[in-house]
Amino acid sequence: MTKVKSLADLKKMKEELQAKIEVREKGEVSENLVQIKVAMATCGIAAGAKPIMEFLIDELDKRGINAVVTQTGCMGYCYAEPTIEVKLPGKDPVIFGYVDKKKADEIIEKYIKNGELVDGIIPTNYETIDNK
Amino acid sequence: METVKLTIDNKQIEVPKGTTIYKAAKGMGIDIPVLCYMDLHDLGVENKPAGCRICVVEVEGRRNLAPSCSTACMEGMVVKTHTPRVINARRTVMELILSDHPKDCLTCPKSGHCDLQDMAVRLGIRNIPGQEYAEMSTYKKDFSPAIIRDVDKCIMCRRCETMCNQVQTVGALSAVNRGFTAVVAPAFEQDLEKSPCTFCGQCVAVCPTGALTEVDHTAKVIRAIADPTKTVLVQTAPAVRAALGEEFGMKPGTLVTGKMAAALRKIGFDYVFDTDFAADLTIMEEGTELLDRLTRHLNGDKSVKLPILTSCCPAWVNFFEHSFTDMLDVPSSAKSPQQMFGSIAKSYFADKLGKKRDELVVVSVMPCLAKKYECQRDEFKVDGNPDVDYSISTRELAHLIKEFNINFAELPDEDFDRPLGESTGAAVIFGATGGVIEAAVRTAYEVQTGKKLEKIDFTELRGMEGIRTATIDFNGLPINIGIAHGLGNARKLLEQVRSGKANFHAIEVMACPGGCIGGGGQPLHHGDSSIIKARMEAIYREDAGKEIRKSHENPYIQQLYEEFLGKPMSETAHHLLHTHYFNRKKDVYIK
Amino acid sequence: MHILVCGGTGCRASSSDAIVEKFKSELAANNLENDVQVIMTGCFGFCEKGPIVKVLPDNTFYTQVKPEDAAEIVKEHVIKGRKVNRLLYLDPAKKEHVSDSKHMGFYRKQIRIALRNCGFINPENIDEYIARDGYQAIGKVLTEFDPQQTIDIIKKSGLRGRGGGGFPTGLKWEIASKNKADQKYVVCNADEGDPGAFMDRSVLEGDPHSVLEAMSICGYCIGASKGLIYIRAEYPLAIKRLKVAIAQAREYGLLGNDIMGTGFSFDVELRYGAGAFVCGEETALIHSMEGLRGEPTNKPPFPAESGYMGKPTNVNNVETFANVCPIILKGADWYSSIGTEKSKGTKVFALAGKINNVGLIEVPMGITLREVIFEIGGGIKNGKKFKAVQTGGPSGGCLTEKHLDIPIDFDNLIAAGSMMGSGGMIVMDEDDCMVSVAKFYLDFTVEESCGKCAPCRIGNKRLYELLDKITKGEGTMDDLDRLRNLSKVIKDTALCGLGQTSPNPVLSTLDNFYDEYLAHVQDKKCPAGKCKALMKYVIDPEACVGCTACARNCPVNAISGERKKPHSINTAICIKCGACIEKCKFDAISIK
Repeated sequence: MTKVKSLADLKKMKEELQAKIEVREKGEVSENLVQIKVAMATCGIAAGAKPIMEFLIDELDKRGINAVVTQTGCMGYCYAEPTIEVKLPGKDPVIFGYVDKKKADEIIEKYIKNGELVDGIIPTNYETIDNK
Repeated sequence: METVKLTIDNKQIEVPKGTTIYKAAKGMGIDIPVLCYMDLHDLGVENKPAGCRICVVEVEGRRNLAPSCSTACMEGMVVKTHTPRVINARRTVMELILSDHPKDCLTCPKSGHCDLQDMAVRLGIRNIPGQEYAEMSTYKKDFSPAIIRDVDKCIMCRRCETMCNQVQTVGALSAVNRGFTAVVAPAFEQDLEKSPCTFCGQCVAVCPTGALTEVDHTAKVIRAIADPTKTVLVQTAPAVRAALGEEFGMKPGTLVTGKMAAALRKIGFDYVFDTDFAADLTIMEEGTELLDRLTRHLNGDKSVKLPILTSCCPAWVNFFEHSFTDMLDVPSSAKSPQQMFGSIAKSYFADKLGKKRDELVVVSVMPCLAKKYECQRDEFKVDGNPDVDYSISTRELAHLIKEFNINFAELPDEDFDRPLGESTGAAVIFGATGGVIEAAVRTAYEVQTGKKLEKIDFTELRGMEGIRTATIDFNGLPINIGIAHGLGNARKLLEQVRSGKANFHAIEVMACPGGCIGGGGQPLHHGDSSIIKARMEAIYREDAGKEIRKSHENPYIQQLYEEFLGKPMSETAHHLLHTHYFNRKKDVYIK
Repeated sequence: MHILVCGGTGCRASSSDAIVEKFKSELAANNLENDVQVIMTGCFGFCEKGPIVKVLPDNTFYTQVKPEDAAEIVKEHVIKGRKVNRLLYLDPAKKEHVSDSKHMGFYRKQIRIALRNCGFINPENIDEYIARDGYQAIGKVLTEFDPQQTIDIIKKSGLRGRGGGGFPTGLKWEIASKNKADQKYVVCNADEGDPGAFMDRSVLEGDPHSVLEAMSICGYCIGASKGLIYIRAEYPLAIKRLKVAIAQAREYGLLGNDIMGTGFSFDVELRYGAGAFVCGEETALIHSMEGLRGEPTNKPPFPAESGYMGKPTNVNNVETFANVCPIILKGADWYSSIGTEKSKGTKVFALAGKINNVGLIEVPMGITLREVIFEIGGGIKNGKKFKAVQTGGPSGGCLTEKHLDIPIDFDNLIAAGSMMGSGGMIVMDEDDCMVSVAKFYLDFTVEESCGKCAPCRIGNKRLYELLDKITKGEGTMDDLDRLRNLSKVIKDTALCGLGQTSPNPVLSTLDNFYDEYLAHVQDKKCPAGKCKALMKYVIDPEACVGCTACARNCPVNAISGERKKPHSINTAICIKCGACIEKCKFDAISIK
């Protein structure tokens, strides 16, 4: 891995990484790339996020859906753990709470495959730093 | 010097920067009560954990009260030491401390000498609100051969911890547990005997309450005296005579040698002897050993261990047996004066009396608590009978004198009995740091050079400096001497020796700051180290007033060698007056 | 098209199930059931105006929707595309209807600065951090500012310590920077210990690099090349992610020697704590890192003069560090535009207790407790009545209804008898007994006191005992007096912050709920029905039919009575287990 030798280096690196992520987010890499984040802080893991993440990885693969599943930190919705965020290409991300295997299955089948929302959506209620 | 101006109780004062409020107030004659705080100024020891919170004062502009013992004066500070808020806080905190303290003052060994008791009186505590609902923190009592820990009475002042860790670097005591059950104890709340404790007793010497006290042998001593089948001998250590008077209201530094002998006789000891006699004997043995090692060293004998270390101090012996196990062959093999006395008393003197050793009871009066431990060590017993049966402290002797209804102050001076009561000035100075080595030099010089000393006082070896070094000219042969008092200083010196950085021929170590005069068995100094200085002056005064001031000139010592021992380091002497050391590194056991 | 119906507890209580049904039937009636989906969602956090219905994709936000409104929404909005104005949210300030939830003030209540990356990035991948401006701040500082300029930015931003004390961060850095020494240290205090608080853990688990980067900025400012994170060993995941982050940053050369070719060197190591609460106090923390007993020492000297290993040391809390990089990148003015006059920026709170949306929130300083509890937090569980909110953990106090509208900041909370603390916020309802609450916190401080100073070691124990006595109905008026005096003296005399604040839960409940104390002491009653010793089980002779079910099930045979005649409970024997109430089919047994 290359070292960051200067601030210019870092900026260049950032541009590249950001572009990569933006491309991914805008779904331009592949028409169908679905991005899923699983909240994997201690609270999430304690509530069972790990098997859900494994389930999602396995099932999306089995069902032939082009998706990337990553872990992330606490989303703040402790009352609704495990929580996952699903971003379909070209759409706003949606957060689902109380995700168990049954719910995960429903999310894959209904929302990811057909864009139909399912029960258990958590409305985001904060502003990001970028907007403020 | 940079100074700051401040106002204390409406009076302006200017003090050096860094001065605490407590000290500044003291300088103005305002005596803020302190409990955990302890300043042994002459020893360079200050204990100020700011834990008891009795010394709090009001500082204008500050949200809460400030502990005066550890808050530095600042420019423009306005301090009030006795507002109603302060007085209420002090009293409430004192009530809290007492609410978790046993109320058995009647039988407490510290009763009458207890800082907590004094503070309760001073703050006018008359009852402890809510005592009936107040749980007490209780712990198991710990009985070692020398020190009793009754830490139900611990008030977490941490003075003992400061002595044990900072001054002595022994590390036997530290705070354990949290919150209400926090207490000072050996690691894992083990007994002291299973800890690296050297029984130096410095913790006892500074403990403000009855949490740390000595094992009391006075009852056993009284029973022995009352037993007609026993002949009871008593020996008194050099430092005792310089401090005992304090227990009877005399000024620190008052010498009470004659009164002490008279009192011991009144109590009923059959023979009143002096450990000083054995101190002279120690010089004969240890001095000879030094010269022997020195001569062999000068002749190129590579197996010789130098420097020779003194071995009079039992806490010091315990310390190196635990911490310097690789150097066990370095200290002198000579027993301590207490043990030499016991050994000679139960052989030479018993023969003279025509009695068997178990018909004799040897009691020692010591400024020391480690002596209690020392006298019950197995190597100092013959067929289970110890050379010294009971070792009592200066404080215990004072109790005995009071119990026997003796008006100590009015006693006429009396002499010790012969033969084991005769001693020289060299023996007396064993009681102060540097004294043993000075006594050894006085004799070794004359033996080595064959010349008479012109100047007997080696003032370069005296003082309160923690580590002192001096080179003495032995007729062209420079002898390098090191002196340490306080085990922390001893550790520093020993580490220099171990690493080969120091080049000494002889080193004297005393475990207690100031030497035996500052021992753990002495009258409590209550944090006033000027008392130790006064005792030291008394010791040298006694020496200066003695007719004979060199050990080898003691006629009874000469007689002992002629009649019994032969010469120093003879086979008999070796058998009776020398010992060896053990590796006592403690393993820690966890239950 | 989607119709989202709030399924949060609050809305559900007010008929959201019926709303869903009504929508479904209305849609079916119009043959729209395949085109429009009705979805029950999690809480919108706007329970005050519930039930909430949101229509996607146009983000229309309807409030206080009744089941009978479903027909109109379907007819007007779904079919004709006209919003139903009367149900739109009315902006209270502008007196205007807001149709798009994105423009609603409510959704601007939370601003994520410290938590900016939590839940967005994969914390174990430095690339994602870099993509979101990661390590730009240290780069900017190293190339554009000298240490003093950087300190000035932090000072100007108004950032104050988030660990609880609220000391101005820039000033703290400045003091440490001015002390000369061959070695200095930056310490991150991650010894989070308040019961129910997990703000720092979330930051470390979700965005570890933000802390590492801020620590190196601090190192640059004060002249330290070494950073230490004191983290409790009970946070294994945070430790793991920090280790990964440190390794990655070192690999990229963002920690280590000559960072970005500027000649500045900084590295970070972890130090583990055993979870002692008092080790969050900075002097105790430093002693613990030095291998000594974790107990505080008198200040001064402050760590900035003599800290870790006797060297100048700057200690900041995790959340404080998490705020640093955005300040550098977006500027001090941006940061100081958020918050109140004396407390700038945001604060992360861990919302817990009897509240619907238990969770981690980040709100601007100056928000009111009411907004936090009733809007973001979704109000009180099970429709119960709000009673108190405890802020500041064991060091804080209980605030009541009358405090709900004061803007939250460091100074206001202290003035109200509580404190900001590290951000625990526990909401209590009418079922909570305030004496028991105070007792709970004292139990914690008794457990966590280090035992060094007498007021904390013994005083807190005595406070606990007094509270225990009161909850058992054995308290006297004298005890209430003692409670107050003891609390004041402990505050006045304890050595460290733990002891100085430990009586706060007692004092604030005494101030705000004195009636409740009186009820325990004088009437021997617990108004909340929580204190077991004060409860009495009684059988109503009118309702009792003498079925003997209760007597047969009483484990201690405290109930007697003849068949078919009213039974009675011997309260001296009764252990108040509640078995009889469960068995009684006639509701004849009650607790008094």
